[in-house]
Amino acid sequence: MTRALPAGPAAPPRRQLFVGTALAGVATLMLIGGMLAIWILQRQRALDAGELWVPRGIEIPGVPTNVMLIGIWALCIFAQWASWSARRADRPHTAVALGLTAVMAIAIINAQAYVYNQMELPIAETGYAGMFYAITGTMTALMVVGLAFTGVATFRFLGGRMQDREVVAAHALYWYILAIAFSAMWLIVYVTK
Amino acid sequence: MSTTDLRPDSIATSPPGTDVAAGTGAVAATAAWLTSADSKVTGIKMIGCSLLALAATAVVGVLLGLERVSGSDSLFDAGALPQLFVAFRIGLVFGVLAPLLLGIALAIVPLQVGARSLAFPKVAAAGFWTWLSGLVLVIVSLAANGGPGGGEAKMVDLFLAAQVLLVVGLAAVSLALATTVLTTRAPGMRLGRVPFFSWSVLVAAIGLLLMLPVLVGVLIYLFVDHQHARALFGGNAGVGSWIGFALTQPATYLYALPAVGITAELVPVTFRTRMPMRGVIYAGLALVGVAALSGVTQQAFHDVPWTGSGGTKFEDLLPYAIFTLLPLLGVVIVLGVGALAGKPDGSGTRPNITAPFLFGFFGLGMIFVGMLAGALLPIKDLGLQGTVFEESALVYVAYGGVLCALGGIAWWLPKWTGRTVPMVPAMGLALLGVLATVLAALPYVIAGFADQPASSGTYDYSGPSGLWNVLVTIGHALMVLTALAFAALVLRPARAGDEASGDDPWHAQTLEWTTTSPAPVDNYAEVPTVMSPEPALARRGPDGADR
Repeated sequence: MTRALPAGPAAPPRRQLFVGTALAGVATLMLIGGMLAIWILQRQRALDAGELWVPRGIEIPGVPTNVMLIGIWALCIFAQWASWSARRADRPHTAVALGLTAVMAIAIINAQAYVYNQMELPIAETGYAGMFYAITGTMTALMVVGLAFTGVATFRFLGGRMQDREVVAAHALYWYILAIAFSAMWLIVYVTK
Repeated sequence: MSTTDLRPDSIATSPPGTDVAAGTGAVAATAAWLTSADSKVTGIKMIGCSLLALAATAVVGVLLGLERVSGSDSLFDAGALPQLFVAFRIGLVFGVLAPLLLGIALAIVPLQVGARSLAFPKVAAAGFWTWLSGLVLVIVSLAANGGPGGGEAKMVDLFLAAQVLLVVGLAAVSLALATTVLTTRAPGMRLGRVPFFSWSVLVAAIGLLLMLPVLVGVLIYLFVDHQHARALFGGNAGVGSWIGFALTQPATYLYALPAVGITAELVPVTFRTRMPMRGVIYAGLALVGVAALSGVTQQAFHDVPWTGSGGTKFEDLLPYAIFTLLPLLGVVIVLGVGALAGKPDGSGTRPNITAPFLFGFFGLGMIFVGMLAGALLPIKDLGLQGTVFEESALVYVAYGGVLCALGGIAWWLPKWTGRTVPMVPAMGLALLGVLATVLAALPYVIAGFADQPASSGTYDYSGPSGLWNVLVTIGHALMVLTALAFAALVLRPARAGDEASGDDPWHAQTLEWTTTSPAPVDNYAEVPTVMSPEPALARRGPDGADR
């Protein structure tokens, strides 16, 4: 006797994680964008009042900050590589790409710590210092979130959920958005000062 | 022809932990309820906490009114008064208006769009607890003299950190809601078929995701600066001016936008017709959100010239009109199309006026008046900035939003409990609520033109000014009464006749009324396919009977 197969499950939601990440990414851009806008406003006020903006004797090390910028865009390439290979169910390539993404993220966070060490900027003495630590600290926290996202994507994909490609694509999207935010911050905080 | 078909897909099983009440004791059941990630439960928790906050905030309003009319026999010391002003404002906006409407959205939007669950339900649950802990800490810090201008430095730090929690919690809930509407709609439910409430939630949630992170950035700067140098942001005294943009018009329009959606939802059911020109309503709701968001970025006061050449007038009026009048135009569009739906068509069909509709109708009216007041506020020549006129505009919008929200709760109560609210007492509460709103806000419109300052206890309150302040105090007291009586009405033990008659006691139109009342944990046993904007109406057919 032929028996009908049971009906399949309901259609899965349409790229829920990807859309959610895009919305969270827009919120991230607004967070950093708003902080940069206030940075520019306060700097202009200080300059208009004839005051120094960057305190005397404080140097922002150029090399590590430039390396951070290069690093975050290189990281995006690795994240995209992971997404590309995950779509093709290429497990070894996905593993290498996600691993490199995580290493680059750790390197950038490490570079930020190095910048803090080199600058030796006392937080309690000037308004500039507080703003500098606030905005760069926020960016570092967002990097840590990105690193955690990479970890989740790695464990889920390599843990056997090979069909769960969306998480890898969404994690790549998050890093792209963070790279845009970091580039703006690099230009305004580290270059224009 | 049936426009709602059921697809033969599998029936989801209830998630574990939803049936723990049986045999495992009240503690386990309570723990399961508190930790549930079911968006309906999260939404109900948020609604309950917001109603408590409403009663508490209105009590603060009463205390402020008493302080103003007490003259030289001041009730509070000079240090406590600014904290009360801040508590009132933050309570209205972040304790009541935004979370109350977002709570209703959590409990209803997945049902409305035909989803089995909210997108990221655990993010929404985490958002609720984050918001609630932020709210509690804000209250603690304000009570310990830690708000803007407060004297306790550590408590000011706590206030700023708690504000971050409050805002991040609301942003997390907004993220889950926007993603739900965008990605988890039932088959066939195009964006052009999304119910008005869900659409307004989508617009508001995206607007909040654009605005609230900016506030978080400001708060981070304020926190770090206040903890250390106190050089650039004015220390304690500067906090209010830096975060003020999120607590006043036009930001409040964004928080209140789902209230407009609730009323738009109720109009066609009340007048037993299909809503004409749905696209125009969508555009009107979106216009309120987009224009409010653009206004938030400006926060400018305008010279609106009454003299000069036509060209000069136009150049000066244009920015004012764009940033101030456009949100108002959005509500006018919704009201106009709603009026078209209510126009008699000669068929002799009488409108079915219900308590939810009364709440929504009066609430939207109050929001509209608040937006009118908000449109006058930025005109420099009127000199209304810094007067109680600002408070009046805020109270109109916030209490108007609350009235719409109470209407929404009464409307969707069958979906959560299987019961309806008794109509006559609820209608009485709608009238009491609108009276409370008018008394709490209208006298300050007049007092604003008489230059009564917004947050000072040193004004001469004798003569007519004393009367306005007494009336405002009575208004807030009535709002406390409205909130408590409404909660009692909803929570009272079930009586005969309370059970909703069928799954759709209102003969409504939208998709959530096609599932059982109360709705199951996973909303729909079978995900429906939607083929019209009014699937419940289409399912009943022309004779009104379920097909």
